Amino acid sequence: MTASSRPSRGVGRVLVAVYGVLALAATGRSVFQIIDRFDEAPVAFTLSAIAAVVYIVATLALASGWRRVALITIGFELAGVLVIGAVSVLQPGWLGLETIDPFGREATVWSVFGAGYLFIPLVLPVLGLLWLRRPRAEARA
Amino acid sequence: MILGYTIVLVGVSALAGLLCVALGLAGRKPADLTVLSLVMVEVLVLVQIVMALIAPAAGNPPTGSPLEFWLYLVTAAVIPPLAILWALTDRSRWSTVVLGVGSLAIAVMTYRMHQIWTVQLA
Repeated sequence: MTASSRPSRGVGRVLVAVYGVLALAATGRSVFQIIDRFDEAPVAFTLSAIAAVVYIVATLALASGWRRVALITIGFELAGVLVIGAVSVLQPGWLGLETIDPFGREATVWSVFGAGYLFIPLVLPVLGLLWLRRPRAEARA
Repeated sequence: MILGYTIVLVGVSALAGLLCVALGLAGRKPADLTVLSLVMVEVLVLVQIVMALIAPAAGNPPTGSPLEFWLYLVTAAVIPPLAILWALTDRSRWSTVVLGVGSLAIAVMTYRMHQIWTVQLA
């Protein structure tokens, strides 16, 4: 990585860092839930695992300048947090969840729009997509 | 975990995080103050590891899942070295911000670890 004072490149690096932390968090939680209590909410936890993998790919895509992959993964994340967030609030039973507690045993990264993660899963994809809208030459962290 | 130490760890990592984010946004490249603040956070996390290894034998076992707790703690221990490596290879204001992001993440994780240890049931 070369030092750069151009705001778009630098902001891109911060995005990579935050995505990296989120990917780490989502993966860790997902691994734990699947090992410890998969049968309690298999649908929710499988979604959680898919989300974690996509976060990892998104982080790599942002860091490596794979613009199309980044757009697809981040778009997927945004759709996921909005759809699953809404389902978790309105119809938690569809995910096999009894409660809408985003901090509970069966909470996932997208529960209640990412409330358990300070809504970072909700805000971050929006920022990521905005950053990716920049001209192709600059859209590389 | 012990409440007093948790407060120290959350406090120091939150302060270091805010400091690094502020200095980074103000244009400062990674320097002694910012990098060493992360080193300090790492040292506190390592001490936390030792404490968590000893605590159950000393009559302070976790109420929550040890696996979940240790996943958090190991992740927390890995973040500062990665952030510091990033800051040393890319000496820009944004990597100072990245130092801050890493430290803030540790503050949040420490709070969760304390919950897992003292409140949450496995």
